[in-house]
Amino acid sequence: MFLAVSVAIIVVLVLALVRAFLGPTLFDRILAVNMFGTKIVLLVAVLGVVSDQPSFVDIALVYALINFIAIIAVLRFFEYDRRTRERKGS
Amino acid sequence: MELLIDVASWVCLLTGGFLGITGAIGLFRFPDVYTRLHAASVTDTSCMGLIILGLMLQAGFGMMFLKLLLVILILAYTSPTVAHILIKTARREGPEPILDNKGKNHRHRD
Amino acid sequence: MATATASIFLRDLFALVMLFGIFSLLTASFFLNLDAPDVAMTEAAIGAGISPILMLGTLALIRNRSAPRVKKTIRATMAPILAVTITGAALIYASFDMPYLADPQAPAHNHVAPRYIQQSLQEIGIPNAVTSVLASYRGYDTLGEVFVIFTAGIGVLALLGFMHNTSGRRYSQFADTASLDHHTILHVISKIAIPLILLFAFYVQFHGEYSPGGGFQAGVIFAVAFILYAMIYGLETVYKVVSMRLIRMTMVAGVLLYAGTGVASLFLGGNYLDYGTLAHEPVHGQHLGIILIELGVALCVASVMLSTFLCFAGRAAVRPDEMEEGDKPT
Repeated sequence: MFLAVSVAIIVVLVLALVRAFLGPTLFDRILAVNMFGTKIVLLVAVLGVVSDQPSFVDIALVYALINFIAIIAVLRFFEYDRRTRERKGS
Repeated sequence: MELLIDVASWVCLLTGGFLGITGAIGLFRFPDVYTRLHAASVTDTSCMGLIILGLMLQAGFGMMFLKLLLVILILAYTSPTVAHILIKTARREGPEPILDNKGKNHRHRD
Repeated sequence: MATATASIFLRDLFALVMLFGIFSLLTASFFLNLDAPDVAMTEAAIGAGISPILMLGTLALIRNRSAPRVKKTIRATMAPILAVTITGAALIYASFDMPYLADPQAPAHNHVAPRYIQQSLQEIGIPNAVTSVLASYRGYDTLGEVFVIFTAGIGVLALLGFMHNTSGRRYSQFADTASLDHHTILHVISKIAIPLILLFAFYVQFHGEYSPGGGFQAGVIFAVAFILYAMIYGLETVYKVVSMRLIRMTMVAGVLLYAGTGVASLFLGGNYLDYGTLAHEPVHGQHLGIILIELGVALCVASVMLSTFLCFAGRAAVRPDEMEEGDKPT
């Protein structure tokens, strides 16, 4: 049943959210956010198939791209931070 | 034939859900961000592939099928890249991986 | 709600940005649940995409990574709590009067909405009723939104944009410090991904009349593609592709296109933003008008997002206290 799959995805979402709260280091949190994003894409796709509207899958597509780019932005922030620290330190 | 497609799609969906939950449990059981990333990204990508494959089988040929195919392609393309980049940055900036004194990555001594 | 609560208690600003992203995603799912895919797409793209990117840009500019601690005097803690409690209580009291979710007697469903929904296909002729309401029936409101976005763009440019000339040559010394040159995998992946993202932006733009989409979402996706390019290949490279002058002109062109369509309909004998006068038949005129204004919206939104990001990133590349002797803010 689609309900079972949706429940499974929501369970994963909740667990990822808890990890995002707990995660002692930043990278745990980034990891959790990435997982959250992928699962939301899945959830939206399931919703789309259940309600038989292809337009929901468009939204899933948009979000898959956005998730990718947001995580790359986080990475660039780290790079910038590190280079700043290097420049200041040296 | 209908029944076969139905059964195949349910198998895919349920396996995908199971893999997803396994990955999420892995996020909690593993001691270190590196091992957690391994659990998360591997199960994430395969869970995604299976669930969307199941949805594609349910949806039949048409616009929905093509769009779901696009979703699979994009996620299969970007999700491993993100995992790679994340771990590279974490290795450079972040915590040291947990190793025991023999250099192996065990947590328990067994 | 859990994310909102956690947002208050966490002090690490970086984690807050991540949680904001999750919060926007959850809101987008709520919108989907309420059967509003257009809004969900916009919320997902902006709230979970652009906002964290810009917030991270801000974090890159400030030094401290955790929120400052406020001294815990009685006044400092009680005044916000009091203000929030009073406002919250007033809002909750007001919500008792709100009609139920799908109540047919609700005012929102009774006055103009049925007319829009029923007449939209005959008068305007596009399948997506949301776009027809947004672009044609409520064209003024959308014009106002475009002006708001434009003003925000001008504001950011005025505050942060004065440290370069229009072709961005200033950054040559710092640009390579902020690119991800050595990540070969990322380079290869992005080279393939960016044209596809742009193509998808065009798809969303032109499909706005048939399925959820339209100018706002398409503009955001378009800008996000260029932001990805800027992040991976460096600021100097992106200024070679699209200079600041081009971005500013596009911003203005978008607004002019939208407002100009209205003026054109004035000259052709109708009211302002009455698209029916634009072609020989009212329905064709509506189509033409909607295409033009959606294009204007997309141009304006894309260029404002891109210029905001470039201003933040450009500022981060040259911090005032790290400039050498010969530099000075122009």
